[in-house]
Amino acid sequence: MCRTVDLHQAVLAKNDENALALRRFLASRGTVAVNLMSSPGSGKTALLEQLLTRAVAAGTPAAAVTADLATENDATRLARSGAPVQQILTDGLCHLEAGMLQARLEDWLPDGTRLLFVENVGNLVCPASYDLGETLRIALASVTEGEDKPVKYPAAFGLAQLVVVTKTDLADAVGFARETFLGGVQQVNPGVPVLETSARTGEGVDALLAHILRGAEGEETHTPVLARQHEKHLHSHANGTVREPGPVS
Amino acid sequence: MHELSIAMAVIDQVRDAVPDDRVESLTLRIGELVAVVPEALDFSFGLAADGTLLAGARLVIETVDGEAHCDGCGRDTPTGMPPVLWCGDCERPLTLLAGRELEIVRVVVADEGPDGTAVGDTARDTTRDEETSHVPHR
Ligand SMILES: [Zn+2]
Repeated sequence: MCRTVDLHQAVLAKNDENALALRRFLASRGTVAVNLMSSPGSGKTALLEQLLTRAVAAGTPAAAVTADLATENDATRLARSGAPVQQILTDGLCHLEAGMLQARLEDWLPDGTRLLFVENVGNLVCPASYDLGETLRIALASVTEGEDKPVKYPAAFGLAQLVVVTKTDLADAVGFARETFLGGVQQVNPGVPVLETSARTGEGVDALLAHILRGAEGEETHTPVLARQHEKHLHSHANGTVREPGPVS
Repeated sequence: MHELSIAMAVIDQVRDAVPDDRVESLTLRIGELVAVVPEALDFSFGLAADGTLLAGARLVIETVDGEAHCDGCGRDTPTGMPPVLWCGDCERPLTLLAGRELEIVRVVVADEGPDGTAVGDTARDTTRDEETSHVPHR
């Protein structure tokens, strides 16, 4: 004899609850979190080093948490900016979850931190599913990775509120097909802003920091098409109501 | 591979919902656009369920195709994968109707017999070696 129990629960409900708690914690501290996602080797750490250095120089209190499967190399590198930096070693896990970030921030986040950069694990698949309580989610891709990154990783680019191209100083050398890349971005995330940067030459870094600060000041950020349904889903769960089942193939 | 984390999240939630029951099967609904590979999830679930009351449970995965609506021309169209979320005719973004589901729909649990043993045996088929293309990160 068997019994059927209807659950209708979002699989990531626990992470989403943790993310909501983390979002409240950050808001109470006056901190805005920026979640950075990219593949390994995209130049995320170099760009972040530049962002931190400029934020510190401009008097904006900024800090960073960097997540890696192993080694603290990135934290050591980022600390040269003068900003407080913490490393989370995920011990093999391929993404950060809200609870892991919250546990690290609770006894560490320096008072008065305005911007908190969260450098997610280098991976364009897994981190996309996890809300980290961020205000701004950025997907990065370097010109050396190929123009089809956005359509190959539609969740990462489709859920981003800002897309950043890195290593543009190498664009000509590698024959980066800019229009193809931008076409792919618009296909999976119509209307998302795209900024082009080079950590080596400094191109676009000030514009990127300015964009992030405008978001931190409450300027409305882009809402991706993919995220709209996701949010509805979260809200329906939070209210304890059950979403109508979608068509099943 | 986040399928293992997702499998663990599923197991945690099912255990919270039916803490003392042995689970015969559970049904998940997974949208085409959430970047979860059903085979990898099934593989991960087998690993993560081991030693819990979900060990041996059958995982049923209902997939949901991506579908979007254009407010301009009024059409509902499959998004495809990778998704096209832009109406080229009307030159405007679409509205997503389906495809981002990631939900535990229901579980079927075994009623225990009078001697405390489960009625019926649903030992899980453990021929998983062929699925080595989805080796979890941890
Ligand atoms: Zn249209």
